[in-house]
Amino acid sequence: MEKVLLEDSMPIRPDDGAFLSEVEGLSGVQVSACFHCEKCTSGCPVSYAMDLPPNLLIRHIQLGQRDKVLGSETIWVCASCITCSTRCPNDIDLAHVMDALRRMSMQQGTVSLSRVRAFHEEFMKAIRTHGRVHEIEMIARYKIKTGTLLEDMELGRELFARGRIRLIPERIKGRREVRDIVA
Amino acid sequence: MELNYYPGCSLHGTAHDYDVGIVAVFRHLGVDLIELDDWNCCGASSAHIMHPRAAVELPARNLLIASQSDRPLLTPCAACFHRLRLCQAHLLEHPADHPYAAALTRVEVVHINEMLLKDEIQKKIKTNINNPLAGIKVVPYYGCLTVRPPRAMKHPDPENPREMDAILNILGADVVNWSYKTDCCGGSLAMTRPDVVRRLSGNLFEAAREAGGELIVTDCPMCQANLDTRQKEIERERNTSYQMPVVYITELLAVAMSVPETRSWWRKHIVDPVPLLRSKGWGA
Repeated sequence: MEKVLLEDSMPIRPDDGAFLSEVEGLSGVQVSACFHCEKCTSGCPVSYAMDLPPNLLIRHIQLGQRDKVLGSETIWVCASCITCSTRCPNDIDLAHVMDALRRMSMQQGTVSLSRVRAFHEEFMKAIRTHGRVHEIEMIARYKIKTGTLLEDMELGRELFARGRIRLIPERIKGRREVRDIVA
Repeated sequence: MELNYYPGCSLHGTAHDYDVGIVAVFRHLGVDLIELDDWNCCGASSAHIMHPRAAVELPARNLLIASQSDRPLLTPCAACFHRLRLCQAHLLEHPADHPYAAALTRVEVVHINEMLLKDEIQKKIKTNINNPLAGIKVVPYYGCLTVRPPRAMKHPDPENPREMDAILNILGADVVNWSYKTDCCGGSLAMTRPDVVRRLSGNLFEAAREAGGELIVTDCPMCQANLDTRQKEIERERNTSYQMPVVYITELLAVAMSVPETRSWWRKHIVDPVPLLRSKGWGA
């Protein structure tokens, strides 16, 4: 994958810090405190699959590069393992910032990896429907939506044969309550 | 002794064997688990991204049910445990976000390793061991969600957790020391980026093998599912063979204490642990 680097021609804060403030406001995390020690990037298990490694993502936020940040694959390939937030010497909860960036990206319609979005949508739908996640139904819906039905067929058959797949969903009595929460 | 019990969706689905094992092991130790009445999904992998308010309110509903009694709430699923403790941390900081914030933050949310190491339980385990697990090199794998973020999880040592090591030592196992205890297996990307999962989980198998491990033990249903179900693909991709069974900590407890139901659990595993266990005379 092509790595994005800071470009010489990149204007510094073209938006006068508006994007930075927006991210800090939405996430409640002080992204401007980052002094780029790169501890997050060094420890990130998925930085190899990112177009913008974690600390560079922060640098782009600091420099107001809204489109690059919200259109990046980084925010969707992040595995939410929270290693970065745990190790940051400046106490920047980057994993939490990622969540805010994902929401901003969805609102703006610039989601780079649509499979990830589809998964989370089906997960929430499952909660709304039953109050609990019925795994096989959620996965089937996700796979139909993303056209990946054939991907794990062999595995699915094996899990079924071993009795690890429950076919009948559990529905809770407080479904309405839960539906109000996730409305 | 009685505990409240929050199994969560995984333990009522693909990790049903973990649920059954936990209930059997605690019953063997004289502890009754009382499942929370009408519990709901904690929001796990998605609510924190899609719906931050629900990421607090979904666990809060379960905590509210649990707060009706003084019993501690045993939460064996790493993701559920993570979400319940994060919810409590949030409500301690923002008590105005829930009308019963005070009661919800008072619920004692206990991790399974924590519970097994409580003096009273530990003593019972020690007196019940009749089949010590000597001879197999066991690799304790903790994953992400029970140790991070350490403040909200109240974990004193997120880079080197030792709870399972301690339990395995009690069981007489040969505990392998390795530096990948809390490295991510890729769990949250299981459906969306299987390529990333294969790489991350593959790195874990390599490290476990290099450390001399023969068996991986975990307390997290997502880690177990990933490492067990993707192992064959990873072996194919890396052109190697690990044959490394991935079992739950409760399964090893059951073997060491000769809990009778144990035999029926092994067929749920894709990488069959039985040959290894038999070769060491563990009587699986």
